Amino acid sequence: MERPLTKNIRTDGQPVFLKEYESQGGYKALPKALKLQPDEVIELVKKSNLKGRGGAGFNTGLKWSFVPKKGDFRHKYLVANGDEMEPGTYKDRLLIEGDPHQLIEGMILSSWAIQADEGFIFIRGEYTYAAEVMSKALAEAKAAGYLGNDILRSGFNFNLHLHTSVGRYICGEETALLNSLEGKRANPRTKPPFPQVSGLFGQPTIVNNIETLCNIPHIINNGAEWFNQLSLTPGDGGTKLFGASGKVKKPGVWELPFGIPMRQIIEENAGGMRDGLKFRGCLPGGASTDFLTEQHLDLKMDYNSVAAAGSRLATGLMIVLDDKTCPVGMVLNMIHFFAQESCGWCTPCREGLPWTEKILRKIEDGRGEMNDLDQLESMVRFMGPGNTFCALAPGATAPLGSALKYFRDDFITHIRDKKCSWK
Amino acid sequence: MIPKEIDNHTTENTMLTAEEIHEINEEIGMYPYRQAACIEALKVVQKYRRWVSDESIEDIAAHLEMSAAEVDSVATFYNLIYRKPVGKYVILVCDSVSCYIMGAETMLDHLQNKLGIGLGQTTADDRFTLLTVPCLGTCDHAPAMMVGRDLHRDLTPGKIDAILAACP
Ligand SMILES: Cc1cc2nc3c(=O)[nH]c(=O)nc-3n(C[C@H](O)[C@H](O)[C@H](O)COP(=O)(O)O)c2cc1C
Ligand code: SF4
Repeated sequence: MERPLTKNIRTDGQPVFLKEYESQGGYKALPKALKLQPDEVIELVKKSNLKGRGGAGFNTGLKWSFVPKKGDFRHKYLVANGDEMEPGTYKDRLLIEGDPHQLIEGMILSSWAIQADEGFIFIRGEYTYAAEVMSKALAEAKAAGYLGNDILRSGFNFNLHLHTSVGRYICGEETALLNSLEGKRANPRTKPPFPQVSGLFGQPTIVNNIETLCNIPHIINNGAEWFNQLSLTPGDGGTKLFGASGKVKKPGVWELPFGIPMRQIIEENAGGMRDGLKFRGCLPGGASTDFLTEQHLDLKMDYNSVAAAGSRLATGLMIVLDDKTCPVGMVLNMIHFFAQESCGWCTPCREGLPWTEKILRKIEDGRGEMNDLDQLESMVRFMGPGNTFCALAPGATAPLGSALKYFRDDFITHIRDKKCSWK
Repeated sequence: MIPKEIDNHTTENTMLTAEEIHEINEEIGMYPYRQAACIEALKVVQKYRRWVSDESIEDIAAHLEMSAAEVDSVATFYNLIYRKPVGKYVILVCDSVSCYIMGAETMLDHLQNKLGIGLGQTTADDRFTLLTVPCLGTCDHAPAMMVGRDLHRDLTPGKIDAILAACP
């Protein structure tokens, strides 16, 4: 099985720097792409069925095609989203720390496709080591002539900068990220206009996830057909970084084909549950996805199959719930996170999340009443899709709404027994 | 290279050091207008002073031609800009869901007992400040924390003791 994204990543954890990257075939896609027309690159990426790995799963080539070709622009920007603050997610860290030039090459190729002349790599502030590795790699790429003016004597200019953030989950939302890059509070922006048309400093901008961009060199090198056949699911091109954390035997992150059954990831890659514990459920793609349970173990891990089961593939890194961890406590933990990280811009989220946290805390502490469950249900609706300014609040309601469905008895036991029986 | 028009501010009415002003000006040079360097300016000041005081907010505001309220609204938005004094090492303990499952609460209790402080507090010797942080992105090695710029994973109470003892 081919693993293009992680093939260079060393088992000793040391980053792959320029010499080693080049010796593994790195930067070979660059002269190839520069010989193609930008539109041909976009077309190729469209056909590859590469879908955005930041959560929404939108076709990357199609997104790029929305960048206006003509117009009076000072700049066009490409931004790599390395905020990675979704609880349960640790894939972009691996790609930056393990193989930084793969991202840089992916960004140069992508910027050629959309004709961007400036780029930013946005990395969350806590990723101090990733930032060190990336600055060294950027300096190497500049010195080697892969970045800057007249790249490989093609006449194409692309300057790439590293931006380290200062913390706040909402910075990962692409329009909030742009406000943060402009030095402002990271509140999301009204759409339209979409960033592709008016983004950073009012200029056309593409924001892509780190993993998305790391796929581009391989698509250029091997073609769209090859990329599609990596996947077990027609329509979802390529491989995906999947992972499992929680009380499994071997938590980790693995590059696997789309369409692999959830059971295989949990039982084979993660080695199954720790001794004495049973699988009770999981959040398949981070804290803002709906719980899936035992009945879903044979589900194929791809965008449509997971959506059909009522959840989202999102980041692809699952958080596993065992039979000795309290689901009410787990949901309270996540709602606390979302309440704290709400940017405060719109009322349902700013007021609704702390209120929800209060109700859950009451139940967890044994002071809950049965009608609190109705309150929680109405909060899930109140902050659901379409009722808030951005997707943070609907994401927050996903684990809560699904826990009320699948683990309702646990909530009822807490209320009836006036305590959490796991404590 | 810093364009001339950026360097037109003198150090007269400010408590910012020449070094700080130089670094902030370098950042301003990266953006289409001065105000866009607001977060970078806060980072520069915090790098030298550990935290950002009211006076520093005013100095940054004057330097970037913004109101102090505007700069403060940015400073208070972000988790990693500290508006109160912090110790030499800021300890950021992950309290998100994977660490919760793997025992983050035990680690937090241990740290509070060991340091004799609560969350948000600083030890009397000014060495450690204890805070929680959203998911550190290392969930396959939970529980996790950062001490200063360093990440520590697969924590146990014993490991935490050793990490604290090793801080110079
Ligand atoms: C609250 C919130 C947080 C997000 N955090 C991230 C993140 O950390 N990284 C990321 O790539 N996308 C994140 N996204 C999705 C981005 O808005 C955006 O869709 C994505 O970066 C686009 O890249 P892609 O098309 O390559 O997936 C977040 C969205 C929301 C609503
Ligand atoms: S949903 Fe929450 S995070 Fe999003 S804009 Fe509203 S308040 Fe901000």
